[in-house]
Amino acid sequence: MMSSIVVLGVVLVVAILYLIFRVSSLVSVAKGQKEDRVGSSNGVHATLFIVFMITSLTAFFWYSYTHFDSYNLPVASEHGQRTDTLFWITMAVTVIAFTIISIIMFVFLYKYQHQEGRKATFLPDNHYLELAWTIIPAIVLAVLIFTGLRTWNDITAPASKEAEVIELVAQQFAWTARYPGKDNVLGGYNFKLIDAVNEFGLDLSDNKTYDDFKALELHLPAGREVLLKIRAKDVLHSVFLPHFRVKMDAVPGMPTQFKFIATKTTQEMRDETGNQAFNYEMACTEICGKGHFSMRFPVVVDSPEDYERWKLSQEAWLKQNPDYMKNVPAGLKESAMIKAGLPVEAGVTVQATAVGSN
Amino acid sequence: MATTVHAPQDVHHHDDHSHEHEHHEGNFWTNYVFSQDHKVIAKQFLITGIFWALLGGILSVIFRLQLGFPGMNLEWLKPVLGGWISSDGKLDPEFYLALVTMHGTIMVFFVLTAGLSGTFSNFLIPLQIGARDMASGFMNMLSYWFFFLSSVIMFTSLFLSTGPAGGGWTVYPPLSALPQAIQGSGLGMTLWLVAMALFIVSTLLGGINYITTIINMRTRGMSFTRMPLTIWAFFFTAIIGLLSFPVLFSAALLLIFDRSFGTSFYLSDIYIAGEALSNVGGSPILFQHLFWFLGHPEVYIVLLPALGLSSEIIATNSRKPIFGYKAMIGSMLFIAILSFVVWAHHMFVTGMNPFLGSIFMLLTLIIAVPSAVKIFNYVTTLWRGNIRFTPGMLFSIGLVSFFLTGGITGIFLGNSAIDIQLHDTYFVVAHFHLVMGSASFFGMMAGVYHWFPKMFGRMMDNKLGYIHFWITFIGVYLVFFPMHYIGIAGFPRRYYSFTNFETFSGFTDLNMLVSIAAILTLAAQFIFLFNFFYSIFRGRLAPANPWNSTTLEWTTPRNPQHGNWPGEIPAVYRWPYDYSKPGAKDDFIPQNIPYSETPESNFPNENEMIKLETSNGNAIVVDSGKH
Repeated sequence: MMSSIVVLGVVLVVAILYLIFRVSSLVSVAKGQKEDRVGSSNGVHATLFIVFMITSLTAFFWYSYTHFDSYNLPVASEHGQRTDTLFWITMAVTVIAFTIISIIMFVFLYKYQHQEGRKATFLPDNHYLELAWTIIPAIVLAVLIFTGLRTWNDITAPASKEAEVIELVAQQFAWTARYPGKDNVLGGYNFKLIDAVNEFGLDLSDNKTYDDFKALELHLPAGREVLLKIRAKDVLHSVFLPHFRVKMDAVPGMPTQFKFIATKTTQEMRDETGNQAFNYEMACTEICGKGHFSMRFPVVVDSPEDYERWKLSQEAWLKQNPDYMKNVPAGLKESAMIKAGLPVEAGVTVQATAVGSN
Repeated sequence: MATTVHAPQDVHHHDDHSHEHEHHEGNFWTNYVFSQDHKVIAKQFLITGIFWALLGGILSVIFRLQLGFPGMNLEWLKPVLGGWISSDGKLDPEFYLALVTMHGTIMVFFVLTAGLSGTFSNFLIPLQIGARDMASGFMNMLSYWFFFLSSVIMFTSLFLSTGPAGGGWTVYPPLSALPQAIQGSGLGMTLWLVAMALFIVSTLLGGINYITTIINMRTRGMSFTRMPLTIWAFFFTAIIGLLSFPVLFSAALLLIFDRSFGTSFYLSDIYIAGEALSNVGGSPILFQHLFWFLGHPEVYIVLLPALGLSSEIIATNSRKPIFGYKAMIGSMLFIAILSFVVWAHHMFVTGMNPFLGSIFMLLTLIIAVPSAVKIFNYVTTLWRGNIRFTPGMLFSIGLVSFFLTGGITGIFLGNSAIDIQLHDTYFVVAHFHLVMGSASFFGMMAGVYHWFPKMFGRMMDNKLGYIHFWITFIGVYLVFFPMHYIGIAGFPRRYYSFTNFETFSGFTDLNMLVSIAAILTLAAQFIFLFNFFYSIFRGRLAPANPWNSTTLEWTTPRNPQHGNWPGEIPAVYRWPYDYSKPGAKDDFIPQNIPYSETPESNFPNENEMIKLETSNGNAIVVDSGKH
């Protein structure tokens, strides 16, 4: 019932509009051909362009100024401060250029609107003018390029040896993090070893894997360089840490990385933003399927001491999944149990029964 | 079988003034369907393009409903979308991705490549260079029908139960290669690839024709430096297309192999749906390189024709020569060349070697220089003009405005350090929708309004054109300008909803504004549709040269028949921008008027050319008599 009324209303409105159109075009036919080269509305458009320019530029500056805090994400990394500076310098340069050119264009449209009897100026070219506006943008761009290049090179330079290495693994539609454990080295992996439990595909013949632990939150130490090792299991994903200005794709078959230094702990950021519920987050920014929009991974930045304490409190993956001891080569079982923090006696019995059954 | 015999209905609508086309050669099929006439083929491209534009626009409004009004009950779309609307009235997240994908594919390829370039290259090249038709009418016809076939296949894919392709218009593997990863990568993706392969064939057939025609079939006197900028733009566009589309073809072919024949060009180390795949050694990054090797030139394939059309329209309606004709050609040439060496700026954060990133950043920012020159030249063309705001002119001004607003944000994105944060956010969406999408769309609209009289022999209604322009112009800004803020705040694109993140929980107001503006903008396009189809049949009859323009197409009869000019093809004696020449009687001198007839306005060097005119002209007349 309701929908048929809506349809009827729409039809009626369209019919009325059509009638208005017909009447007005018949009236204009009755008036006869106009001799003027331009319609009577020419001046209206010229004025509308000025109105448009003033309104839109005002709205632009007003919104940009009053809502600054709602679109400007606080920054919490060292390189992020540099890219933000670059961003705002570029913004200043381009907004100035944009505003000037826009105003000139719309003013010209108004000023040089058609006037009967006036003739346009025949101006095919002017080499000095053209040279000027080729060279000036070229110089401005060159400056932007070189500052950008320097920043880019620093960001992508190799990480230092002391960097804290953390692995991020993406899959449809979740993230997991792997920390290297006490030996500070991530163990090897192979995608063919992945199963429902061994989601990292840990290679248990590598003794570096035994103390690696899995985390369902990304913990970062403030003030220390972190090297994210990024990989994907199924399709492309992308690590996006908006507050740290970090983004790097996760590519199946091609591990990627990103190094950075977080500068503010979660608590410091809560105090700074005045929002005690604030949390850092990680998102996916490469289309990866149905759940792309829901790949949230919580991020916590700890003070270095809290970070070490948190690491110590974590259990090695192997300790959580002692069944996988069976995949550890016989010669490495004992060191595996020690590194994983499994009670050694239990381990020995496992070994003994295994030997006995043979 | 045939029990009813239809008598051939030879209904000639003897409209009051349409007695010009007296003799009909060929039948309905050869005249209007499998026509080899470039004007008919242009109209076929245009109408197919309009169909696709409408569909692409509707798809975007559906996903804008989801983004602007996340809780909205979409039950009422069930009759159309069926199972893609869940039982509680929500849009299926996977179908949302399919909508985004198809919107991009349709708009970039089917509307702004085929609909824009296909229409105006076909229509204007022979008419503006003074040729009877394209070099190969048959290939030209094939070009349309390959496009038509491609359209049918792409359209069919919308109705599959597993949905059309859903991995984004860039169809990055492995997502697009593995049906386990997303439903759309099943049959939908297969049809996508087949349709695109046919589309590329169509583009190549068209492009070869455009280039050949421009090089070989110019009328006498039409030297390269007397060609209108439209023709230069189509020329560069066709060359770019010819060099870059085959790369997409090979990328698509390798993807087909990976999908169907077990190869590993793009696949390696994949564990999905509970099993490890056997593919090793491939690289998903390879696909991205191949894709963007077309994908970036594609931006200019879409944009250059629009810039060419608007150059012509702005000069005509400012009653001034385009400022810096040679600089305009030079900029386009420079853009065309550079467009091949900037592709990896789409890939700064894919894990590609950072050194490559530096190189591509350098090259990318260089391309801003010729683009800036073009904007300055447009603005200077307006300076001290005598501007008439025809609908075509309004849309051209809109193009320049969008090109400026959207182009300037390219300086952010081309800078790899800044791009880290902005990549794949709404900032990118705002950028390319303004600079490429809306600017080219406005160029296309400008072209339709401006050349409609030549296409259909009738005028479109100006008032409806004005209303269409103002709603669309303001609407487009309201849709895309707010996205800059949303992007700076880090909102990633292709998100079904933003409810899962605290960081991205704001801007519900702006998102709603964008969606409302999108709906109004789409609605305004129906004004155009009405105006377009109504005017084809009932519009005011067009005068021979409604805009007092200088180029050759306006020397043809109101409804040019096959062959364009009833008699001899006019010769060309001057460049196309003799508007408001000092001393001239009128404020325009068409290209086919010799200098000998305009002694009052000739510059000294032009007076010297009068002698050449007669001698040269005669010599070539003899030559052309051999044909």
